[in-house]
Amino acid sequence: MHQQATNRLINPGESLGIFLLKFIVSIQSYRWRIYELKKNTEKIIQVKDLVKHYGDKTIIDEINFHIRANEFLTILGPSGCGKTTLLRMIGGFETPDAGDILFEGKSLVNIPANKRPINTVFQKYALFPHLNVYDNVAFGLKIQKKAKAEIDTLVQEMLRMVNLKGQEQRDVNSLSGGEQQRVAIARALVNHPQVLLLDEPLGALDLKLRKNMQLELKKLQKKTGITFIYVTHDQEEAMTMSDTIIIMNHGRIQQIGSPVDIYNEPRNAFAADFIGESNILESMMLKDCLVKLQDVEIPCVDKGFEKNESVLTVIRPEDIEILPPGTGFLDGVIESVTFLGIHYEIVMNCKGISWLIHTTREFFAGDQIGIQVDPNNIHIMKKEHDHEII
Amino acid sequence: MKKILKKLAFALILLFLYAPILVLIVYSFNDSKIMGPWAGFTLKWYVMLFQDRYILQALYYTLIIAVIATTVSTLVGTISAVGIYQMRSKLKRPYLLLNNIPVLVPDIVMGITLMSLFIFAGMKMGLTTIIIAHITFCIPYVILAVLPRFNRLPENIFEAALDLGATPRQAFWKVLFPEILPGVTSGALIAFTLSIDDFVISFFTAGNGVSNLSITIYSMAKAGINPKINALSTIMFGCIMILLILINIRSEKGIKNIQ
Amino acid sequence: MKSFKETIAYPYGLWMLIFIAVPLLVVIWFSFLSNPDFKAGIYTFTLENYKEFMDPVYLELLYRSFLYAVIATLICFFIAYPLGNLIVSLPGNRQNLMIVLMIIPMWVNFLLRTYAWMVLLSGSGLISQFLGLLGFRDVSLLYTQSAVILGMVYNFFPYMLLPIYTALKKIDPDLLRAATDLGANHFQMFVKIKLPLSLPGIVSGSMMVFMPAVSTFVISNLLGGGKYMLIGNLIEQQFLTLNNWNFGSALSMVLMTIIFLVLGVARLITGKELDTGGQIL
Repeated sequence: MHQQATNRLINPGESLGIFLLKFIVSIQSYRWRIYELKKNTEKIIQVKDLVKHYGDKTIIDEINFHIRANEFLTILGPSGCGKTTLLRMIGGFETPDAGDILFEGKSLVNIPANKRPINTVFQKYALFPHLNVYDNVAFGLKIQKKAKAEIDTLVQEMLRMVNLKGQEQRDVNSLSGGEQQRVAIARALVNHPQVLLLDEPLGALDLKLRKNMQLELKKLQKKTGITFIYVTHDQEEAMTMSDTIIIMNHGRIQQIGSPVDIYNEPRNAFAADFIGESNILESMMLKDCLVKLQDVEIPCVDKGFEKNESVLTVIRPEDIEILPPGTGFLDGVIESVTFLGIHYEIVMNCKGISWLIHTTREFFAGDQIGIQVDPNNIHIMKKEHDHEII
Repeated sequence: MKKILKKLAFALILLFLYAPILVLIVYSFNDSKIMGPWAGFTLKWYVMLFQDRYILQALYYTLIIAVIATTVSTLVGTISAVGIYQMRSKLKRPYLLLNNIPVLVPDIVMGITLMSLFIFAGMKMGLTTIIIAHITFCIPYVILAVLPRFNRLPENIFEAALDLGATPRQAFWKVLFPEILPGVTSGALIAFTLSIDDFVISFFTAGNGVSNLSITIYSMAKAGINPKINALSTIMFGCIMILLILINIRSEKGIKNIQ
Repeated sequence: MKSFKETIAYPYGLWMLIFIAVPLLVVIWFSFLSNPDFKAGIYTFTLENYKEFMDPVYLELLYRSFLYAVIATLICFFIAYPLGNLIVSLPGNRQNLMIVLMIIPMWVNFLLRTYAWMVLLSGSGLISQFLGLLGFRDVSLLYTQSAVILGMVYNFFPYMLLPIYTALKKIDPDLLRAATDLGANHFQMFVKIKLPLSLPGIVSGSMMVFMPAVSTFVISNLLGGGKYMLIGNLIEQQFLTLNNWNFGSALSMVLMTIIFLVLGVARLITGKELDTGGQIL
């Protein structure tokens, strides 16, 4: 930036006034850039050593992470992994047994739910049946005792943002699932919270509507700049919408990262298995960059394992190349072919082990094939006693 | 053929149910003490009815008792229902069991147990004892009407109110209460009806000084047929019909408003 | 919803203890006493009262109460069950109308309803006149056993109808269509589907008729002229006329036991709590 300004200075023929103006503007935009950078890396929520028990079951097992402002964060995991409990603790509906939740540096734990600058969109929407759309959305504003005119403006704006303009007087019980969903979102967002919590809000919608809503939510988040914390068990959903994903299982964090990172570099077998489909195989690391599976030695790019360490190899179905038999590192027979529109899903049997392959080429059950995988697409992970190969 | 039989069946049943009442009404205008042949139209039984001090006093007591019992039982029942909803099941079960006793046990047992208590405690039977008795058998019905409403609340609705900034008290009044209100009103209605109509329990707990409408009718009927009772029946039945028509009009209006 | 304490229900809990539990205990206690003058402070525990009850006179009375109540229940059932089926077959709004019409008499005072039959059945009443036309002279149906049972049926019939109607209404019409699809004729459909599914309603309705019928004293006094004493009459007499509270308490305990036994049997048959058809309210 500075360089450009200086170059312009040297340019003869520029009047002094214009030079000064451009200099000031460049300084300002520089300062704005720094502010933006700072804001984006600012940690808005920090979770420290959080623990929660129900009876003798540990639901949340000492987790630590932070959330950056203005990001779309998804907590992803199977049913019972603790993700909803975590969300409820952030919202203030459960209290942790140990650990702390910090909001902009200050502890939230002793602040009751109604005083936190956080709003929630509940799984079953929790709309107030005795109030119409307008009154539902205006509820929080009325509690804050805002002026009627101001409430009206805010509500109308929010309804427009969720495409429900004109529906103010409608009875919420007569709305469709998607419409109720949007009222729930509007009701939460109209209060301009700093953080919005969403507890699997799209579960009850049909596929097409769900996909539309995912895009809508993403757009909404970008537009309002509010930090979204989204909870789901649907990995595709998480991948579509998130800036960052936290994968949870058994009350512990398995991996944190962007969708691309998690997909390409799953940190453990659970993450690999949960996100996308994978082939996970028992294998042995012979030495750096060489792994042995199904009695075949295959070059890869991972290092740092012990000699002859028992490991798991993870290969994505779409990374497998199908070749004529004998020309790849393994051969097998195709058991089944399923046409999924985008690709064919092929199950291949190689010496008793089933491999899942995605390809756009047509094959038939009974075909003999060979497979090959680029070393960069072979991921080696340590075996953790936690995980079972399904 | 089937349709005719159906209609006949309904007609017979309705005849069976309403004939006695209609007969009462017709004979209330009969100028004769016996309910036999028609002896001419008269309103004298109505006049005598309104001049009968005992009946008017009984009416007064009936209404006072019903209003007090309904108010108290609706308030206490609703508040207790809120508490019951929070109860851990170890306490809830015996609590609700106790609450169900007045509903399950025959009136006569309720009557004599309460009477025994009052005598045992040395209380004088009168307005107080009868009101206590009415409250005791009304509250269970209010609770039975209100409590299910809590179980049918939309999920997370209280938390949603808190989430939007309401204090627990605000959340109760603005969100919970409107949802349980239909239960509260029907509970109040049931309590009122039960109290107005009660005979057996009142009979045992009223003592000598106080009498409600049912007790008065019983005393009169025991002595034999009395056209004043007919007149009273007609008026009461008339009130019921007016009430029904009013309710009907209100609900029609409500439907029209939505349209 | 942890913001409200369960303690707000405690005051009524106390009320219940004082006005429901204690009175029951007092009566149970009385039933085991022989000394009517408790103020004197001398209590003798005895089973005398219960032994007294074993007298054939009283047992016959108990039997009569039971018999009348059972007959009334059966009559109510055999009218209400077909009627309930008929009503269910009506279109929706006609159904509601019919049910409301059946319920309205319930809002008329119980005593007035009983008195109405006094009028109808009296010596100069309409029914006597009607019978007179047919050639039966001087017949008064009032103060007979039939009058008492009739009074029971008339008063408690809606209590049988409502639960039965509710239960029948709840049967998913698809079930009946499935049965027909699988080859069932009307009779089989009734026995194999309707009857079992409406059984909870039948049991409820029967309870709601039996219990007040077995314990009434008004109907037997007004329509039976006091000639046919039922256990309710006996209890009333012991407490209010004879001042024999100990025996009266024992009788009440007997009545309570019968009631709970019958309730227990009902629970066994249906396997769940009584559904009093209160949804209509």
